[in-house]
Amino acid sequence: MAELQVRLTAADFEPLHTDQEIHSLSRPSLSYWQDAWIRLKANTRAILSLYIVLGLLAFTVLGPLVWDVDPAAQDVDQISLPPGADRTATIVAPYAPWSGGSVLPAAEGLRLAETPNSENVRLLWDPVPGAASYSVYRSLFDVGEDRALGLPLVDLFGADAVRFEDRLDLSPRTYHYSVLARDADGTELDFQTLEVQVSRVITAEQALERGLIDSLNDVQIGDEVLMPLHPFGTDYLGRDMLSRLMHGARVSLFIGIAAPLLYVLFGVFYGSTAGFIGGRIDQALMRFADFVVALPFLLFMILFKIAFGIGPGESGILPMLVALVLLSWPATSRLVRGQILQIREEGYINASRLLGAKNGYLVVRHMIPNTMGVILVTLTFAVPSAIFTEAFLSFIGMGVAPPTPSWGSMCNEGIKTMLTTPHELIFPALFISITVLAFNLLGDGLRDALDARMRSTE
Amino acid sequence: MWRYTLKRLIQGIITIWFIATATFFAMHNVPGDPLINDRSVTEDIRANLEAKYGLNRPTHEQYLIYMGNILRGDFGISFTQKNRMVNDIIREHFPVSAILGILAVVFAGLGGVLWGALTALYRNRLPDVIIMFLVILGISVPSFVVAAIAQLTLVNLNDLFGFSVLPVAGWGTLWHMLVPSMVLGLGTMAYLTRLMRSSMLEIVNSDFIRTAKAKGLPPTRIFTTHQLRNAILPVITVLGPSIAAITTGGFVVELVFAIPGLGRYFVQAVQQLDYTVIMGTTVFYGAFLVFMVIVVDLLYGWIDPRVRLE
Repeated sequence: MAELQVRLTAADFEPLHTDQEIHSLSRPSLSYWQDAWIRLKANTRAILSLYIVLGLLAFTVLGPLVWDVDPAAQDVDQISLPPGADRTATIVAPYAPWSGGSVLPAAEGLRLAETPNSENVRLLWDPVPGAASYSVYRSLFDVGEDRALGLPLVDLFGADAVRFEDRLDLSPRTYHYSVLARDADGTELDFQTLEVQVSRVITAEQALERGLIDSLNDVQIGDEVLMPLHPFGTDYLGRDMLSRLMHGARVSLFIGIAAPLLYVLFGVFYGSTAGFIGGRIDQALMRFADFVVALPFLLFMILFKIAFGIGPGESGILPMLVALVLLSWPATSRLVRGQILQIREEGYINASRLLGAKNGYLVVRHMIPNTMGVILVTLTFAVPSAIFTEAFLSFIGMGVAPPTPSWGSMCNEGIKTMLTTPHELIFPALFISITVLAFNLLGDGLRDALDARMRSTE
Repeated sequence: MWRYTLKRLIQGIITIWFIATATFFAMHNVPGDPLINDRSVTEDIRANLEAKYGLNRPTHEQYLIYMGNILRGDFGISFTQKNRMVNDIIREHFPVSAILGILAVVFAGLGGVLWGALTALYRNRLPDVIIMFLVILGISVPSFVVAAIAQLTLVNLNDLFGFSVLPVAGWGTLWHMLVPSMVLGLGTMAYLTRLMRSSMLEIVNSDFIRTAKAKGLPPTRIFTTHQLRNAILPVITVLGPSIAAITTGGFVVELVFAIPGLGRYFVQAVQQLDYTVIMGTTVFYGAFLVFMVIVVDLLYGWIDPRVRLE
């Protein structure tokens, strides 16, 4: 057997060439938050929602500075005005009683005596033989075959009562007038209907009073003046919708953001205490949290609102905030406790403890920052539910007291006139929906970006 | 199991006791006076009324009487609707709310499972995108707005066809129940759809599905017996809280659709400060919700034996 000869030279003991490239990182190391931000930026929906949220905040905070209109001020000339309506008004002479004459060319049947305007509509009709009374009705919609006559204006008795002047709450729009002639027994003899397009007019004195002109000499009869601008229209009391939406946003967003902030903070404190201390105290604390969870949420919100009723001049925002915080914290505290229990067993906590870290330091430096992602996601999802709660309570009349506007109470007012002036419902409803949608999508994005375990399988 | 049931029941009873007590003291704390609504109440009348309703006794005595009455199941007489027992109001109007609520739960449950499964099947394809868009919309629009839109649509639909396709409001026939229960269940359905979708997608990647595929089971069989049955479990967990959401959501839907349910009476009582009705319905609703959550939790342990009831 041949001996294998191995000859070693000094060169064999030279260190191998070390490749520097392997050890250097190809990219700079990213912190947790930098990584999360990059992930979030890649999510178009979440970023769009973030912009919407920022826009809403600007609308709320800066809006009233730009659009400086009192949300409680009534513009009685422009009630329930849809957005984008014609603002011009023609100056007319002060009101003069009507003697029954007609300036318009004579015609048959139900007709107008003068050009109809928002001061008065003067109707004339031919006497019906044998008629003992005439009833005049006014409707906002076409009377149609089933004779939806609308508002009964007057019952005129006597065969010669063939004229009527309507001055009741007229606004510039189309009305459908109907006249029903009856004989002495009440049997219907004749029915006529007329569509009337009312134009907006104002007297010079009124225009001066409203501040639309500087002096009476500025205008003459027949001139046109511009009524105050309401970009989003007005509500049923003639209040500016845009201003109310802005001030309503203050209430809705304040409750929507402040309440979750407070109860998440409390929940974090409570949950981390329970999770960190552990043992009997943890059991007792969590038992209490379970008890609060079991309480029916909205019933207790309503009870709380009744018990701490709203005094004169108060808006009732504070009781709602307190009730929300008192009832909503347990979910966060449970979540945080679970996280803390998990983190407590991690190696780095023990390492930190070995290095002499005190309990308080451990919680503040290691545990809470490591649960921050979960907390932030909870916070974002808590905002829509708080906004919904406020809207729900205001809708059933248990929320913010009038005249303080909130989106929920505006919906409550708007739903009553949904058929005639839908904009009073649409705008606040749209704002609630967009806000909730934006926070939901942002929450989804944050969850995907911040928490790998909760990352949805999309 | 029985120990757990007993424990949950005792906890539930304590919660209901707390609800009743909190209701009593909340009502006592209300600013104003229950008898102030009636004009020209002289001292004698006031004294008589107070004696009739027991308002002249000390608070703790009133509390004991109130608790005793609740234990006997007597909630008293309405303050605003003369000679009407709160028990009668509940007996008469709760079934209406219950039918509406059950229909809504069925609608939400079936719809949520169906749509959720569908979106998971067609993941990232057109049906998924459309349904998930609608789901996000359903979660973001408040129920009263949905109710208003639904009502408006019905009005226009009836106008379009020239006859009453579906009634716009009111109660009585199955046709009256259809749209309100759908509106009531919509938010929950949207929530359940999301939940069902993510739980379906999670299960697709699990080992037993791969095994089932490997041994050659037909895809429909895998879908129905393995995927769907397992994915449904999380949906059942949230059914308890969903029942609470649907019950309280009923307040608004009943209001908008003019349905004579207990929710509408509760809201009216709250607005008119009808003390006994508020107290009675709150305790009743509270007990109902606490009980429902317990039932759902027990049901969950029965459906999924893996969940240990402790």
